Amino acid sequence: MLSVTWLLIAVPLASFLVLMLAGRRADAWGHWLGVAASSVVALIGIGAFFQMLGRDAESRSESVRLFTWISGGDLQVDAGLLVDQLSLTFVLLVTIVGALIHVYSVAYMENDPRRRMFFAYLNLFIAAMLLLVLADSYLLLFVGWEGVGLASYLLIGFWNHKPENATAANKAFVVNRTGDFGLIVAMAIMFTQFGSVSFADVLGGADGASTAVLTAIGLTLLLAATGKSAQFPLQSWLGDAMAGPTPVSALIHAATMVTAGVYLVVRSGAIYEATDDARLVVAIVGAITLILGAIIGSAKDDIKKVLAASTMSQIGYMMLAAGLGPIGYIFAIFHLVTNGFFKAGMFLGAGSVMHAMKDQVDMRRFGALRTAMVTTWITFGLGWLAILGVPPLSGFWSKDKIIELAFVGEGWQPWVFGLTALIGAGITAFYMSRLFFMTFHGKARWTDEQHPHESPLLMTVPMMVLAVGSAFLGLFLAAGNRFQNWLEPVTGTSGELEPVLAVPVLITLTLALVAAGVALAYWMYWRNDVPTEAPPPSLAVLAARNDMFQDSVNRAVFQIPGTHLTRTLVYADAALVDGAVNKQATGIAAFGEASRRFQSGKVRSYALLMLLGFLVLASIIVVGG
Amino acid sequence: MSPVNFVYLAAVLFAIGAATVLLRRNAIMAFMGVELMLNAANLTLVAFSRMVGGIEGQIMAFFVMVVAAAEVVVGLAIIIAVSRARQSISLDEPSELKG
Amino acid sequence: MVSPLLFWFVAFVTVIPALSLLFARKPVHVAAAVVLVMVGLAVAYVALEAPFLGAVQIIVYTGAVMMLFLFVLMLVGVDKTESLKETITGQRWVALTLAVGLGALVISVVSRLPLSVNEQPVVGEPAEVASWLFGDYVLVVEVLGFVLISAALGALVLTHVPRLYPKRTQAEVHAARIAAGANPVNQAFPGVYARHNALDAPALDPEGNPIESSVSRVLKVRGQTIDGSEFKGDTQARRRELGAKEDDQ
Repeated sequence: MLSVTWLLIAVPLASFLVLMLAGRRADAWGHWLGVAASSVVALIGIGAFFQMLGRDAESRSESVRLFTWISGGDLQVDAGLLVDQLSLTFVLLVTIVGALIHVYSVAYMENDPRRRMFFAYLNLFIAAMLLLVLADSYLLLFVGWEGVGLASYLLIGFWNHKPENATAANKAFVVNRTGDFGLIVAMAIMFTQFGSVSFADVLGGADGASTAVLTAIGLTLLLAATGKSAQFPLQSWLGDAMAGPTPVSALIHAATMVTAGVYLVVRSGAIYEATDDARLVVAIVGAITLILGAIIGSAKDDIKKVLAASTMSQIGYMMLAAGLGPIGYIFAIFHLVTNGFFKAGMFLGAGSVMHAMKDQVDMRRFGALRTAMVTTWITFGLGWLAILGVPPLSGFWSKDKIIELAFVGEGWQPWVFGLTALIGAGITAFYMSRLFFMTFHGKARWTDEQHPHESPLLMTVPMMVLAVGSAFLGLFLAAGNRFQNWLEPVTGTSGELEPVLAVPVLITLTLALVAAGVALAYWMYWRNDVPTEAPPPSLAVLAARNDMFQDSVNRAVFQIPGTHLTRTLVYADAALVDGAVNKQATGIAAFGEASRRFQSGKVRSYALLMLLGFLVLASIIVVGG
Repeated sequence: MSPVNFVYLAAVLFAIGAATVLLRRNAIMAFMGVELMLNAANLTLVAFSRMVGGIEGQIMAFFVMVVAAAEVVVGLAIIIAVSRARQSISLDEPSELKG
Repeated sequence: MVSPLLFWFVAFVTVIPALSLLFARKPVHVAAAVVLVMVGLAVAYVALEAPFLGAVQIIVYTGAVMMLFLFVLMLVGVDKTESLKETITGQRWVALTLAVGLGALVISVVSRLPLSVNEQPVVGEPAEVASWLFGDYVLVVEVLGFVLISAALGALVLTHVPRLYPKRTQAEVHAARIAAGANPVNQAFPGVYARHNALDAPALDPEGNPIESSVSRVLKVRGQTIDGSEFKGDTQARRRELGAKEDDQ
């Protein structure tokens, strides 16, 4: 099995190249090639999974060295793949969800003239994402990291004939670069500290390094993770990224790519183990983002932007969990997997609704779609219940466990993190219910020209599969601690942990809050009529609608000072660096100007100077000799 | 009286020739200054030859004369060509050399 | 040894005329003065036991070189006096200072040399010089022959002016003039057809009218011409006198 691991990356990459190079000739069959490539890697991934199940827990992790990649002085980097439980979990998530979304896209993008390119980019994304999770060194991971960034950029701007889409793509790209900067710095620190950037050397040597260095690495890695995973303070790009086609939002901006930051933190667990400060920052970032995303989600009317805010918020939960230590890693990944299913499912549902409503995204123009789109309603409903954490659906097993974990600890931390997570769950219930009710229930607010209809089977079948996953995956994985046992060899374990409040109390509290949130949403958006125009907002709602003014903050905190800094640097460069060079040149020119006066063109002046020179020389010889 | 006095005389003539070259704007006049300097050098050669007692200095002076004659021919030809081209033989005139 | 009287004589006839190079205005005067300098130097050579060189000095310098200078002076304008006003700032004083410094330097160096004088010098008789020139230095003499030939050729080349256009014959010149619209016949001379025979009176055409163009422009500008109309009136009166019929004018 290991010998064909490289096929996981090679197959979608080859498909991408074929689709790009074949040109219009591939228009007729290109999308099926894309589906085939993603299905093949899904099958390989499943095969690898069963092969790994057949082994002992200790011998499941294996690495494959492919070739010597970089040989530069002290820096030796081999391109190698690391196949263990963590990477394989991601492989399964990426390939299975990816394959389903490929199938869905065949129908969703049917009328797009550039469908072949869309599939090429999707395959590029699959290849890059698998490279990211399978890499055995930070440097190779970085290649995949940039690859998914590129694919994300291309797909957000897929309809780049609209200027705002191109702008959104650029924004995502730029914000992601900010995060990449952190990863590059982290690798630089690793190289100076450990002389290597491979996981084995860095994570294995983490015990011997000083805490300050590890904290620095941890924080820079966190910067990278916040960029890729749209966490505070680099969260601003995700909402705009919804400009891309909906399958892209489902695959890249909900299920897989945005979770790469969580993967990075969990993969670097050994570093965060050794530095409490960095871990605490991870938890704080997660807590801020989860509450921020939830608030933003409550005020948005664009169905996709609500889901994007929800994604932010859910990844905030994962980050919070990842900041809580080894047991947190497991549930971060657990939530990541379940979220991958139900969030992808809901995005596909949203895509189905948009498909039916002629690309209308304003929820105030939806309503009462339940009867028109039964399949979408059911699958979406399962996702909705799952994210709410209603037992026994998936979210209950992962998210509620994170809430419990957040209450573990000493001092102020369990109370702050725990209450944040708890309140977040309540708000989540509110905004998801709001979305669900505004879309599928209440009075119909769409116009007569729109004829809502159910989507074709190619679209609904992937939704059904994902809905089944949303419903039962959590139960299946949680039963008998299957997932925990599966991942423990990679993440380590923290033993039994006692929350500061009793677990039954927490579960009751959570469910009560969720029920309250649902009830509030029911009262506001189902029982009462929803105005088709957004009412004048209060200050809080206005702030939430504007993504908590994140763009303004970025502008005030980074862009404007950055502009001034750049101008200062440009000025300093012109005045000092260029100035020194120019002044030197000016000095030489002035010397030339001065000596030019001797070159008057008058022969007698030249003769005079010659005589003067001769006399000086002769005098020196006479006096000196 | 020692022949070395002729060397002093040659120095004076040479200085006058040099001053002529520097001060006169007429090319022919400057050229005559050059000739005077050459002759002063010749006088030096002959005076030293006399003091040494040999004849090589005179031979050298003879050669200098021959070369000077050739130089005068070419120099005057140049002056004529310049005066045709510019209607002037002033040394201050051709300032294409100006930098 | 050299007679002091002879030395001072030589010094006098060389330095005084040489100073004219600096102060004389007319190049011809300068050339004549330099001839004198050359003669003085010839005397000095003879005094310094170099009689052959003295003769050559007279022949080459006074006879050939300075005459060449005079020819060229004639060629470019013998009567041009040169302004001694200096045009380059500071040139005069710096140049004089440097020239004096040069002389002083040479004199001071030479005067400090330990020099002795050979009492039995070889005298530069023609036979002696010839034996050196065509003995040890024969190669140099031949090379100098080439130098002289090259100089002669160079002078020819430098002074040669190539003809840019083919020479025009008289017939061609005349044809060109007619083509340019010139009068084919001679212009009338002033005054000769009337009673007056003077430059300031215009000629009269057969009608008796004055031809204004026959009078020099210069006289017209100066206002020294005689108005032609008076002759016209005069002619009419004379015709009446002669009993001519009152015709049309």
